Amino acid sequence: MALKTKTSTRIGVTILAWGIALWLFFPIFWMILTSFKSDVQAISSPPKLVFMPTLSSYAEVFERASYWHFALNTMIVSVGATAIAIALAVPAAYSMAFMPSKRTRSTLLWMLSTRMLPPVGVLVPIYLLARNTHLLDTCTGLAIVDMLTNLPIIVWMLYTFFREVPAPILEAGRMDGATRWQEMTMVLLPLALPGIASTALLSLILCWNEAFWSLNLTSSNAAPLTAFIASFSSPEGLFFGKLSAASTLAVAPILIFGWISQKQLVRGLTFGAVK
Amino acid sequence: MSRLKSTRTAICTLALLLTGSALSSAQAAGTLTIATVNNGDMIVMRQLSQEFEKAHPDIHLNWVTLEENVLRQRVTTDIAMKTGQFDVVTIGNYEVPIWAKQGWLTEIKPDAAYDVNDILPSVRDSLTADGKLYALPFYAESVMTYYRKDLFQKAGLTMPDAPTYDQIRQFADRITDKTNQVYGICLRGKPGWGENMAYVSSLANTFGAQWFDMSWKPTLTSDAWKATLNWYVSALKADGPPGATSNGFNENLALFASGHCGIWIDSTVAGGLLFDPKQSQVADKVGFAPAPKGPYGKGPTWLWSWSLAVPVSSHQSADAQTFITWATSKDYVKLVAAQKGWVAVPAGTRASTYAAPEYAKAAPFASFVLNAIKTADPNGPTAQPRPYTGAQFVGIPEFQAIGTQVGQTVAATLSDQMTVDQALTSAQTSITRALRQSGRAR
Amino acid sequence: MQAVFEHSPPAGATARSTKRTGFLLLSPSVLILLVWSIVPLVMTLWYSVQNYNLVDPTLHGFAGIDNYWYLLTDPDFLHALLNTFVLVAGVLLISVGGGTLLAVLYDQEFFGRGIARIMVISPFFIMPTVSALLWKNLMLHPIYGVYSAMMRAVGLTPIDWLARFPLMTVMMIVAWEWLPFAVLILLTAVQSLDGEQREAARMDGAGPIARFRYIILPHLGRAISVVVMIETIYLLTIFAEISVTTAGGPGVASTNLPYLIYSRALLQFDVGGASAGGVVAIVIANIVAIFLVRAVARNLEA
Repeated sequence: MALKTKTSTRIGVTILAWGIALWLFFPIFWMILTSFKSDVQAISSPPKLVFMPTLSSYAEVFERASYWHFALNTMIVSVGATAIAIALAVPAAYSMAFMPSKRTRSTLLWMLSTRMLPPVGVLVPIYLLARNTHLLDTCTGLAIVDMLTNLPIIVWMLYTFFREVPAPILEAGRMDGATRWQEMTMVLLPLALPGIASTALLSLILCWNEAFWSLNLTSSNAAPLTAFIASFSSPEGLFFGKLSAASTLAVAPILIFGWISQKQLVRGLTFGAVK
Repeated sequence: MSRLKSTRTAICTLALLLTGSALSSAQAAGTLTIATVNNGDMIVMRQLSQEFEKAHPDIHLNWVTLEENVLRQRVTTDIAMKTGQFDVVTIGNYEVPIWAKQGWLTEIKPDAAYDVNDILPSVRDSLTADGKLYALPFYAESVMTYYRKDLFQKAGLTMPDAPTYDQIRQFADRITDKTNQVYGICLRGKPGWGENMAYVSSLANTFGAQWFDMSWKPTLTSDAWKATLNWYVSALKADGPPGATSNGFNENLALFASGHCGIWIDSTVAGGLLFDPKQSQVADKVGFAPAPKGPYGKGPTWLWSWSLAVPVSSHQSADAQTFITWATSKDYVKLVAAQKGWVAVPAGTRASTYAAPEYAKAAPFASFVLNAIKTADPNGPTAQPRPYTGAQFVGIPEFQAIGTQVGQTVAATLSDQMTVDQALTSAQTSITRALRQSGRAR
Repeated sequence: MQAVFEHSPPAGATARSTKRTGFLLLSPSVLILLVWSIVPLVMTLWYSVQNYNLVDPTLHGFAGIDNYWYLLTDPDFLHALLNTFVLVAGVLLISVGGGTLLAVLYDQEFFGRGIARIMVISPFFIMPTVSALLWKNLMLHPIYGVYSAMMRAVGLTPIDWLARFPLMTVMMIVAWEWLPFAVLILLTAVQSLDGEQREAARMDGAGPIARFRYIILPHLGRAISVVVMIETIYLLTIFAEISVTTAGGPGVASTNLPYLIYSRALLQFDVGGASAGGVVAIVIANIVAIFLVRAVARNLEA
């Protein structure tokens, strides 16, 4: 009897979980599917599930825009921004977690509140600064802005991870004559690595998808994938096939990357929940 | 200022950290950065520009292709702040006179071989300020009526040579067949000064309405505006496709090309696309007629041209002018004809294009479009005297924001959030505010 | 956790050196964030009291409070403010509520769990612009959209989602992007729940609902705070989704504060007006920060 309920519950759970998963994933699946249709097939009504796949939409996208240029820029900017942000955030979080002062908490809150700066309100100042420093339309400039927008969250996330590391372990290291630097690099970092990795992954994803600054601070040299999409979002005529192909291309690297690193992402995002 | 400097130092220090991944921002000499809009004719230009690079080996072209709204924002910021990122910009005849007045555009002086006088006068005039030419037209458009000949035949209707809006409404009622997803009339409904308000403004003109009177007082609460919006809203509600508030030019083009529209009143540039069997499922069933007339019947008429201009902030003005004269030349038209077929040549700019017998044969609508553009008069008289120019827009800088805001209000009437009267009253108030804010009506 | 507070404060000279090291380590981040937030803020404050329009250089000089006055007396301002809060609250509700339930669901053993989990978190990796385009054109389009085709297939009239329920539709699209993030974090938290604790509860005869209420939910408090914190920060500045799908309309039905600033000021390149809007938005963001973030932060400290 007990076994029977268990089996039926399990079947119920399986159906429910898969149903929701498929429903949430469906738009992405449909986008990929549509990208293999021609523009005419893509707007057939009712929509076709079975059709002759064609690469014509991809061919047109590649003919219209140099995809690799945009993808490379996005990669450089995301990786660069994440790397600098982590490099700056590790010492800051270390200091907050292990050398807390009265102002630590308010500093952290203040940092987070800078992230709420609405981009539309400060477009012109930032644009002027970027222009005067010759950082307009450079990967460097965009990476700096992305880094700054994500830094508060990264500091905060690292701070929560570092606080999980028991202080006696660090102190034990110091007893053995380790310097602060050694303590941080040899003892703390290996312990907090899963957290740091997850933070970096999250930052990569957020940088990859950032659209406002990347459209406004770049034109051609440093234009990332968000600009690539902006040239396909509403062209003349039938465009659903091309739009789907371009969208698939724009999200494919980060999607695949996310799938691969998903386990790592989950492992690190504990936020001190494990006690 | 010292604050700025310290920022600069801080940012530069940071920049050093990134040297590994930094790309140079310096433009190689002889590289032209061209900002264009992502429509079909521009894509063709981009493909064919290899020929230009072959003919001018010392000029390299760098393309920035963006959606219209994003393009406009990027280009305006760049030019207004004199950043000089773009050497060639794609702008419309709304921007040209305003920007020329600010001294942002380089005067264009093409050589004799270019044959400026071949450009249709109405188009040329719209790109001229104080007798100087500031941009060269890549393609130009006016407005016309497209309809499905097969649907009309089935319903026993004939499209008159000069339809009126009353007739159009009756036809639309007759051919609407919602069970088969055939909608009698498709019109722009997507909010935006260049989207629904382009159509609604030109509709208002022929209904005898206008945006402002001579003292810059908005006249949106006039009876003529009420009649305009009533026609528009009731036609779209009764016979329009679902989702009309998301349909701009491109969406309606897709709808018509896939057989969902009976009548569509929009830009003449759609002709080339609707008659192209590769892009249109109804290529052999498209009929065309002039834009319908309303009660007033006269008024300024729709004229738009996507044009190429050179900002004064460009460091390579001479090369940029070489490029834009190439891209808008007679030879370019021939090049497109040879590579892509005559039906694909940029329309509405040159008399010589329309004189070519091949074009007349490939594009049955050619003479029709020529006539529409030739007679297009964006400065034509409204019912009352007016202080502004433009037919489907108002030639003042504030119009982008005003038009878009009123466009939203108009869209709200389509989705039943407001009545026509409420919408017009609210539009009147918001325009008054906007003009006061900008100092025009202070 | 306790460990942090048991950290014995070093005495005398070591304390001072610790303080200095702490300050040195913290200062780079603080410094550049200070520059990043202060410099644009000062410039924004300055512009906000100027007549400064990019497209109309003839208009310049001190504007006093005009720019603020025009924004704050705009009949649509309150509406936009309300929409901003509805959007943030709605998405938070969906993603935290739905996220908690889904986290528990995907914590269960079932066939193909790994793949199902990957599918659920996938939307988080999609660019906002792309997801907005995707939903607008491929899913919800009243003629070509999949959802409309399904409704037609069962004999219903397709709904024009973006015109009829603009704010709700935008909210659903944004929630679709952020729900996976909540699932990701909450799932991690649920997994970290001690198996023994759960087993003990089961032994005590606690039903699934009681177990959820008394064992799982309290355990998730901190993770929920994290989700609320990070999502609020991003949701307050939503722009791309609105601009792609509804452009804030019809009317102002889906205009939030960032979009209002964009459409009133930036669209006509009124830098003064946009700056005033920016200042107002910063003030509002800080009010939110004081109330919400502090409440959340308290939870995080515990």
